[in-house]
Amino acid sequence: MSDPATNEMRDALKSAIAENPVILFMKGTPDAPACGFSARTVAVLESLEAPFAAVNVLPDPRIRQELSALSGWPTIPQLFIDGELVGGCDIVMEMHETGELQRLLGVSGSAGTAMAEAPAAASAAEPAPLSIENLL
Amino acid sequence: MAATLESMSVSPDELKVRIESAIPGTRAAVSGDGHHFEATVEGPAFAGLSRIDQHKLVYDVFGAELGDRIHALSLKITATEDR
Repeated sequence: MSDPATNEMRDALKSAIAENPVILFMKGTPDAPACGFSARTVAVLESLEAPFAAVNVLPDPRIRQELSALSGWPTIPQLFIDGELVGGCDIVMEMHETGELQRLLGVSGSAGTAMAEAPAAASAAEPAPLSIENLL
Repeated sequence: MAATLESMSVSPDELKVRIESAIPGTRAAVSGDGHHFEATVEGPAFAGLSRIDQHKLVYDVFGAELGDRIHALSLKITATEDR
């Protein structure tokens, strides 16, 4: 049975995932996470200064229901990069430790210090690739 | 309603046994407070799978109980080479 409201929700989720290169479905907001796992995932993305879209799943239970049906992933948070499910908190932490997350996001490695350097100077010094390459 | 309360809470041992019996050759160490759990799982079944698929294999053991009866299950998964 296809409930039109359900389809609408699923379509909205699909286009959000397609339109945002990095999108995090979480409990709460990046400024006020409502769950420790969501908070940790946000903290990693922010430490890498990776821009990301965030969707709070709490206001409407159908968001979570449809998202899990779509992704096959039962829990929140869920991080998508370039339209693909990367995983939840555990996987994001592991990939951050190994550097895979940084590669996937197209940000420079471990260096909080490197990120703090003046971006203008850095880009003048070398032709930094600006586009996030598809590394999949 | 002792029975209801009993069924609400989950023991780490139950999770360990269910993971190990559902995924052949797997060894699991589980700790937790009855609602939030951490599991270290290793076995040959995870070899060659992406991280996503490794986690799904364990999540699938619990289905809809995840996020409900089992509020959170944090996983560390290692694929072992041979049986």
